[in-house]
Amino acid sequence: MESSKVIHAFYNDDEIVLDAVKSVKADGHHIEEVFCPFPVHGLDKAMGLAPTKLAITAFFYGITGLSVAIWMTNYMMIQDWPQDIGGKPSFSWAENMPAFVPIMFELTVFFAAHLMVITFYMRSRIWPFKKAENPDPRTTDDHFLMEIPVHNNVEELTALLEKTGAVEINVVDKH
Amino acid sequence: MYQFSGKLKTFSLALIALGLIGIVISFASAPSTIDEAKEIIAHQSSHGDSHGSSHDVKEEAHSEASVDNHSVEKAHSADHKNDAYAEESAHGSNHDDAHAEHVLHQLQNKPWSALYVSLFFFLGISLLVLAFYAAQRVAQSGWSIVLFRVMEAITANLVPTSIIMVVVVIAAAMHMNHLFPWMAEGVFDPTSPNYDPIVDGKSWWMNVPGWTIRSIVYLAIWNAYRWFIRRNSIKEDTANDGYKTFKLNYNVSVGFIFLFMLTESMMSWDWIMGLDPHWFSTLFGWYVLASLLVSALTVIAFVTIYLRSKGALPAVNDSHIHDLAKFMFGFSVFWTYLWFAQFMLIWYADIPEETTYFVARFNEYKLPFLGMVVMNFIFPILLLLNSDFKSMPWFVIIGGIVILSGHYVDIFVMVMPATVGAQWSFGIPEFSALLFFLGIFIFTVFSAFAKASPIPKGNPYLEESEHFHYYNIEHRGEGSDHH
Repeated sequence: MESSKVIHAFYNDDEIVLDAVKSVKADGHHIEEVFCPFPVHGLDKAMGLAPTKLAITAFFYGITGLSVAIWMTNYMMIQDWPQDIGGKPSFSWAENMPAFVPIMFELTVFFAAHLMVITFYMRSRIWPFKKAENPDPRTTDDHFLMEIPVHNNVEELTALLEKTGAVEINVVDKH
Repeated sequence: MYQFSGKLKTFSLALIALGLIGIVISFASAPSTIDEAKEIIAHQSSHGDSHGSSHDVKEEAHSEASVDNHSVEKAHSADHKNDAYAEESAHGSNHDDAHAEHVLHQLQNKPWSALYVSLFFFLGISLLVLAFYAAQRVAQSGWSIVLFRVMEAITANLVPTSIIMVVVVIAAAMHMNHLFPWMAEGVFDPTSPNYDPIVDGKSWWMNVPGWTIRSIVYLAIWNAYRWFIRRNSIKEDTANDGYKTFKLNYNVSVGFIFLFMLTESMMSWDWIMGLDPHWFSTLFGWYVLASLLVSALTVIAFVTIYLRSKGALPAVNDSHIHDLAKFMFGFSVFWTYLWFAQFMLIWYADIPEETTYFVARFNEYKLPFLGMVVMNFIFPILLLLNSDFKSMPWFVIIGGIVILSGHYVDIFVMVMPATVGAQWSFGIPEFSALLFFLGIFIFTVFSAFAKASPIPKGNPYLEESEHFHYYNIEHRGEGSDHH
């Protein structure tokens, strides 16, 4: 297989890169990736990325945590060994429910928060000792990089990117 | 400029008239003698309805004086204002007469309590809109400027509700009602059969002159700030004085927030906690605050959505509605937190002098007491959790109706068990009081909104507010012009 080529266009301002993304999209080119040193408001919308579903997963993780807390308190305090501890009514779960609310709340938050973070790591493919996928170290400091795949249209793309205010344009091989 | 439509004006006046008729009927039909009360009791037990039977259960618990029903018994005696009655019933003499007298007082309290619940609800909402407005000024918030005139218009309702509150306060001080049991004759007199040493120990705070003066001072402070800030906010529009007026309004609002937090706590002790003079709770002021604050934000959202649908608020977009709904959601959770914190601490320790408060509510008011948790917490949290739903006026209205009803029930459950006990119901007195104050609300709020420009032109944050956009609404097509 021949190695595919991509164009790396560098910008040094978030407003300029946002406008560049809009004009590249308007010209009908696919943008593979944009590397930024910080979040740029509206970039996902300009690139046409779908909204995240992370909040929805968190909701279900929270319900899971709540269920675990209800099951745990009911099993331990009511079913397994219903002792009289300081006169608390342990005849049924509902009667003693107010005492279980703090742990129900905390486990809901715990499950929702931690499982959502782990989901985020897995979906974003982030873990310790992972090799950084950074095409240019300057994009972590003060440069923005737009990566566009090339299909025998290097001249046309270069002309377009130059018009959008790119400070540097490189054609590189991508494996 | 907004025009207060004749249709809406007629509607509000009709509500006031209808409510007034209902209030007059409820006062006229309250029993005035023991015999009338006895008739009502006989009528109740012959029907065997829930009120009659729950009363019977209570009597039984009382006479048994059993160990396991200790708290129920405590509730029973605490819930009876008339100590003479407790004495008599303990001796077993004249029991029926004393019972009838007790019920008579509760029935006589009904029209007053019905009026008081609605009055406090509407007064509190207007007050908390004022406090939220002051907080927005102090926080120098950028999003809410286009809603300032809506909030100012809602606070106009503070004036008539305060006047009615002064009337009710004076009526209570003149013994025209039995809402506050500690105001009864002989409670502070050791030689009287009504003597109550526990309440007497609190007489340094709970005395009629002090209470009346404090009540009027609270109302005066709130109304003074409202009058000042409304006048000066309109002045801002044309001031052109290098934001001098704006800064003055900022400083006065800081002062008001401070005074408000003090007076709001004391108001909730005087006007609500004073209904149960044997009971006390330290976080009660915040709890009342949370209940009124979430209602106030819902009312701001309602009036905003209505006015926007009439085209009177061109600068308000879905993101402003989204922010209001976020506040409604957040403060619903905050209310639940305080409600539960108060309930759970008392339930857990189960000290009889504190527990009576919830025993009375749990035995006689089970449906409203538990129902309001569903209405004020579970429903809003599920409906308003989704970010898209929060920017749809239709969803905000549905959630808001449930939240407002839930907090009316909340005030109802704060007041009624102490004043009418088992004799509660939701009928003509309660409903007509609601209509009456709703009519006053609509009339004052919309005529106040029509009196000033709907856009506070002189505010330095106006530009920011007009371009306010919450990011995920952009995904749904409401464009933002600039980032």
